[in-house]
Amino acid sequence: MEPVLLECRNVAKKFGGVQALSGVTFAIRRGEIYGLIGPNGAGKTTLFNVLSGIYARAEGRFFLEGRDLTGLAPDEVAACGIARTFQNIRLFANLSALENVMIGRHVRTRAGVIGAIVRGARTRAEEAAIERRAIELLDYVGIRARANDAAGSLAYGDQRRLEIARALATEPRLLALDEPAAGMNAAETAALRRLLERIRADGITILLIEHDMRLVMAVCDRVLVLDYGVPIAEGAPAEVRRDARVIEAYLGGPIAGDVAAAGAVAP
Amino acid sequence: MNTGSARPMRHSAAIWGGTVLLAVALIALPFALTAVGTAWVRITNLAILFVLLSLGLNIVVGFAGLLDLGYIAFYAVGAYAYALLASPHFGVHLPFWIAVPIGAAIAAVFGILLGAPTLKLRGDYLAIVTLGFGEIVRIILNNLSQPINITNGPQGITLIDPIRLGGIDFAKTEAFLGLAFSGPVKYYYLLLAVMLAVIFIGVRLQNSRIGRAWEAIREDEIAARSMGINTARIKLLAFAMGATFGGIAGGMFSAIQGFISPESFVLVESIMVLSMVVLGGMGNVWGVVLGAVLLSFVPELLRYTVEPVQRTLFGRMLIEPEVIRMLLFGLALVLIMIFRPAGIWPSAVRKRELAHP
Ligand SMILES: Nc1ncnc2c1ncn2[C@@H]1O[C@H](COP(=O)(O)OP(=O)(O)O)[C@@H](O)[C@H]1O
Ligand SMILES: [Mg+2]
Repeated sequence: MEPVLLECRNVAKKFGGVQALSGVTFAIRRGEIYGLIGPNGAGKTTLFNVLSGIYARAEGRFFLEGRDLTGLAPDEVAACGIARTFQNIRLFANLSALENVMIGRHVRTRAGVIGAIVRGARTRAEEAAIERRAIELLDYVGIRARANDAAGSLAYGDQRRLEIARALATEPRLLALDEPAAGMNAAETAALRRLLERIRADGITILLIEHDMRLVMAVCDRVLVLDYGVPIAEGAPAEVRRDARVIEAYLGGPIAGDVAAAGAVAP
Repeated sequence: MNTGSARPMRHSAAIWGGTVLLAVALIALPFALTAVGTAWVRITNLAILFVLLSLGLNIVVGFAGLLDLGYIAFYAVGAYAYALLASPHFGVHLPFWIAVPIGAAIAAVFGILLGAPTLKLRGDYLAIVTLGFGEIVRIILNNLSQPINITNGPQGITLIDPIRLGGIDFAKTEAFLGLAFSGPVKYYYLLLAVMLAVIFIGVRLQNSRIGRAWEAIREDEIAARSMGINTARIKLLAFAMGATFGGIAGGMFSAIQGFISPESFVLVESIMVLSMVVLGGMGNVWGVVLGAVLLSFVPELLRYTVEPVQRTLFGRMLIEPEVIRMLLFGLALVLIMIFRPAGIWPSAVRKRELAHP
């Protein structure tokens, strides 16, 4: 069995009177695609925000390959090797797709003010490498043709891929995706599934929040189900799908049909 | 095959030709202006100082998207630093190539002092704090004559050393190659050199890893942080760089004028520099240069034309030149904002921003 990459212990987060998360404990193994599901408002995005350092005041601890990430600022978390995308896409909308990905290289490159002004051999080489890598990544996610378009002008599905390319540019060990298939049609979702599998094959572990149950059931090795901020089940998709508490959590919710449907079509 | 390679060559030839032409024009300019009147050389020098200020403010506002309404404070800090280090006021007479960098460094420290407590502020809130900062600096300069007389209060500091560089004294007229180089003409060349350096730095920064990080925080700070950009450091860098340019401009202003007082650093000056940045084309170095040049010269041109035009039309003065000048100036600003909202020569990014709000 692969060693643990990310470990979360007893994570909790409160917004005023709302306990958005409590007692969330889990471990993701290297090379896994780990699903995080649950009805709307279950606290999935909140967990991402706590993990990526956006919510400074939260309880619990995180370890990435044994290194304690608790309380780090978002840029430090990114430097340690966790990159994320956003449920409500947060691209640099007025910059080109290429520039968006180039900005993702910031954390792995060095040139400062003096380097920028003097633009010596090393800075020029670094700039060239940044651009080359950014183009490769656009190609990797399948939107190379859009490199010079403003990010905000891209089709919805392409924006989601661009966010993935930008996150990959930071060379993460763990890629955390918040509903990447939202707003995608069936063909786009199928392409996304292939992309996720390819990313995993290239050695990057994935933490996936997703409402598209077919996708979750198809790509995830294990899933964690949150309900009202509390983990109610964890395991292989096939087991979790049969868990009585999970079915109850989803009953009446808009996802209920999806869970059933995914169950029906799965082999 | 030949046509394919000839076109870019002709293109670059045109660029080179244009550059040479522009260079000749810039070198010959002060003599042409002297023929019209020495005042115009002074006006041009002041315009270049405003170009320096606009380029500095452009780093903060245009690149990093941090609205600063107190930018003139850094100009003041640079000007006073030079004045105190090179005048009879304290009896210190440091050469300009030491005093100006010291002033720029102090201005940079002030930039960080302003930036550090405002890191979490954006937009309107940041504008209000920076506005207050500008006023505080001016008021301190106005009152720091007691108990120890440091700034000489509202009277300001006089007899500030002019610049001396090698054997050249910028206060005197000297003949060279049969041409008379007056003080303002010599300052023009010095300012031109500094301006070209600052433009160069601005362009280089814009197309760099740091420039992209500034763009990122301007576009979406949370996304920028999540991508590993230390937004606190990168913002402070913008404030410090902007302040440094302001400090350099201030030191040169001090030396050229020979006299400074807090009156030169009022809020209206901050707003003027901001107008130059916004009208010229926020975020685009060349647009900002254009904005500063236009907004410096147009009011002066009006000053010299409003009165004679009225006299020939009506035989006498109907409206005071100062009144009509500001009126026309304001009208020009409004028209530019209506017809070219992203500025006269906008950056590509800014154009997109206004196209898809
Ligand atoms: N910034 C916030 N302030 C207050 N309440 C919040 C905030 N973010 C999320 N919440 C609340 O926390 C709960 C979990 O939200 P969220 O993490 O967005 O759920 P999910 O992503 O699973 O749909 C919800 O009840 C939501 O209203
Ligand atoms: Mg969510």
